[in-house]
Amino acid sequence: MNRFASLFAALDQSTRTTDKVAALVAYFYEADPEDRLWTVALFSGRRPRRAVTTTELRNWAADAARLPLWLVEESYPVVGDLAETIALILPPPDTRSERSLSEWMAFLQDLSGQPESVRKSAILDAWAQLDTSQRFLFNKLVTGGFRVGVSQKLMTRALAQATGRSEAELAHRLMGDWSPDTTSWEALIEADDAGADASRPYPFCLAYPLEGDPGDLGPPQEWRAEWKWDGIRGQLILREGLHFVWSRGEELMTDRFPELARSVDFLPPGTVIDGEILAWDGGAPLPFAALQRRIGRRNVPKKLLTEAPVILLAYDLLEWQGKDLRALPFSERRGLLDRLLHNLPPEAPVRPSPLVAFQGWQELATLRADARNRRAEGLMLKRAGSPYHAGRRKGDWWKWKLDPHTVDAVMIYAQAGHGRRATLYTDFTFAVWDGDALVPFAKAYSGLTDAEFREITTWVRANTLQRFGPVRQVRPELVFEIAFEGIQQSPRHKSGIALRFPRMLRWRRDKPAAEANRLEDLKRLLDATKS
Amino acid sequence: MARRPVLEFTDRGIHCPAGGFHVDPWRPVDRAVITHGHADHARSGHARYLATAGSAPILRQRLGDIVLDTLRYGETRQIGDARVSFHPAGHVPGSAQIRVEVAGEVWVVSGDYKLQADGLSEPFEPVRCHAFVTESTFGLPVFRWPDPAQVAQELNGWWRDSIASGRTPVLGAYALGKAQRVLSMLDPGIGPILTHGAIETSTEVLRRQGCRLPQTFAVMPDAQPRPDPGALVIAPPAALGSAWMRRFGPVSTGFASGWMMLRGIRRRRAMDRGFVLSDHADWPGLNLAIGETGAEKIFVTHGYTDIFAQWLRSRGIDADVVTTEYAGDEAQQE
Repeated sequence: MNRFASLFAALDQSTRTTDKVAALVAYFYEADPEDRLWTVALFSGRRPRRAVTTTELRNWAADAARLPLWLVEESYPVVGDLAETIALILPPPDTRSERSLSEWMAFLQDLSGQPESVRKSAILDAWAQLDTSQRFLFNKLVTGGFRVGVSQKLMTRALAQATGRSEAELAHRLMGDWSPDTTSWEALIEADDAGADASRPYPFCLAYPLEGDPGDLGPPQEWRAEWKWDGIRGQLILREGLHFVWSRGEELMTDRFPELARSVDFLPPGTVIDGEILAWDGGAPLPFAALQRRIGRRNVPKKLLTEAPVILLAYDLLEWQGKDLRALPFSERRGLLDRLLHNLPPEAPVRPSPLVAFQGWQELATLRADARNRRAEGLMLKRAGSPYHAGRRKGDWWKWKLDPHTVDAVMIYAQAGHGRRATLYTDFTFAVWDGDALVPFAKAYSGLTDAEFREITTWVRANTLQRFGPVRQVRPELVFEIAFEGIQQSPRHKSGIALRFPRMLRWRRDKPAAEANRLEDLKRLLDATKS
Repeated sequence: MARRPVLEFTDRGIHCPAGGFHVDPWRPVDRAVITHGHADHARSGHARYLATAGSAPILRQRLGDIVLDTLRYGETRQIGDARVSFHPAGHVPGSAQIRVEVAGEVWVVSGDYKLQADGLSEPFEPVRCHAFVTESTFGLPVFRWPDPAQVAQELNGWWRDSIASGRTPVLGAYALGKAQRVLSMLDPGIGPILTHGAIETSTEVLRRQGCRLPQTFAVMPDAQPRPDPGALVIAPPAALGSAWMRRFGPVSTGFASGWMMLRGIRRRRAMDRGFVLSDHADWPGLNLAIGETGAEKIFVTHGYTDIFAQWLRSRGIDADVVTTEYAGDEAQQE
């Protein structure tokens, strides 16, 4: 654990990307293959199985520190991280451990399924031989939430430097369904790739939002446009007679969307398609709310399958006849995709997402304005000659979304954030007027600067009316402009509506609370989007 | 008729009715008894001041021409019906706890304090009392200060590493107390130590009253860019990230404070390095100090007052929260 802890310290102490990469490269050179493998797994979001609940951890830590549980609970929001809170309250260690990262991981895996008394004494024993920073990491490994400010992209870059392989190749190798229990460093990183897992997806090509004028992108004939759908970005893989569905977040979703199983009847093996999974009414996408009912359901009841059936609207062809097409220009890949899909019968669960034909940027802007009527969020612009990049790259793909809806709302509750936002009030509940009463309708926690959050934090402390645990009810005085992408009816919310992606656009210091929007305004918007 | 308490908590500050004075008042009063020179405790506008001889120079430097009387530690002054004396608080050089005795009943106001010896401040001295007014800046069990020798090693290691990577280390530290404590921990053999004007002023005052500190060079407002590739710079927190810092070229920034114990705050500060160094008592320190007073009543001021008072009550100690306008020099409200 020492080598891993010093890697973590180096990463945590540095605010510069180059320093972080250098620390990772040095680690990949020095550490044992087992430790390297676990490090790659952890930094690519692969969590070990959780052997201990956070409740158990809190209780045991309070015991070990001889503190009442309530005091541990009160300390947590100040620190903003449970693993760290526990690491800090425990008495100093009495011995030192020489266990490596992979040995600790094995230690934790062995705990799984053991009775509480065994797990408790093992954890207490571990705490007694780790210093504060090692304990923090250990607790992170126990609780499974390991986010340390190293993106997968950064780690892949370091891995490329350390192994001499290209970033794109490594990104591809790291995709899919593996864990340190099912593979080795050799097999994952170094082995010849011939026997690659049939389910392995390609890294998704991601787009940046277009901030300026599309006219700056150059001649329109060099670009292709398509609708940007509001569904789940997914990759459909057909290999060896099987099919796999991956989300952009590298989650295997094959079983959640049984409709897509039929794709093997219509498309040959050796085909990989990038597209959007959408709930579909036969001719157009259903609102995101319909798809939302499907997310998170591993077993889909029959009723839901008929009410919210899904299809894949295909954007791109990544593999054809078993060959990786990603280096080809988009226009060629797209041509192949259209040929592949154009003769499919209507019951096929895959259809091409139509290209939006346009002559000039002005014409395209007019088409974009119509996106909401088509149940799209806006447009995607793709350079006709662009390869399918691994990850997010500026220049070839842009998302050109519609401007969001906005509403002016009054902050009524505030709650402290986590991690670097601990002790700052950053999570707010907003209300609009309904008659003389304020009705909560949305929560948001992003969109303001750190300086604004600090100022609001001071204000919250001085203007608290009531406390409900970590939540403070504040004087209804501050007004914020809230932006959101969509609005839906929701019987679960007091206001009767639910917003999609609400965030704070700006603090309306110029507006008194009385001039905030009213619930009628939102209802009117809801009616307008329904028709 | 019920006797008035030795000290009362008013909207001007802590008031002693028997002596007719206030301790560290935040609004103008006739007679102010001052624990130490930090701005939230020693304010301007009072008619008369009483403080330790050790904090007098810094009070004069900060508050200008004030009517100031001084006492040595342990020396007693009768004010009205109250006997007043100062006892080392270990917070910054010259800082004191204030002991007030009225008709045999003893109350002590801690001001800010720490138990860790820093080699500069007169070491904290426990004072037996009936009632103790304590700060609670770091009154949570997550705060447990590391060994200062280890922090000194980290500081000097950072200085050397920064030189090796072609960066000037710039360390943020409060002008009075923390900056000098950092100075005393640095190894002047590594290179010259440069100070921001605000820090040089306090350092000079403390040097003149006998604090032994390594040589420093004040950075003049019109100083040349990149004065010395081996130098370390100490500046007030506000100067970090300002235009003032640009003259040093590529820098590595650091910050010395008890808050650097917490990763979230360290990251929010967006400093390259955080050094856990505080002039306030940590959790074990607060609990030890309170135990040693033998006080039957504890008043908890600035910091995690509610939680700390609840903790004391859960241990069978009679504790109440008192609202004050002290922020603590390490106030985290930034």
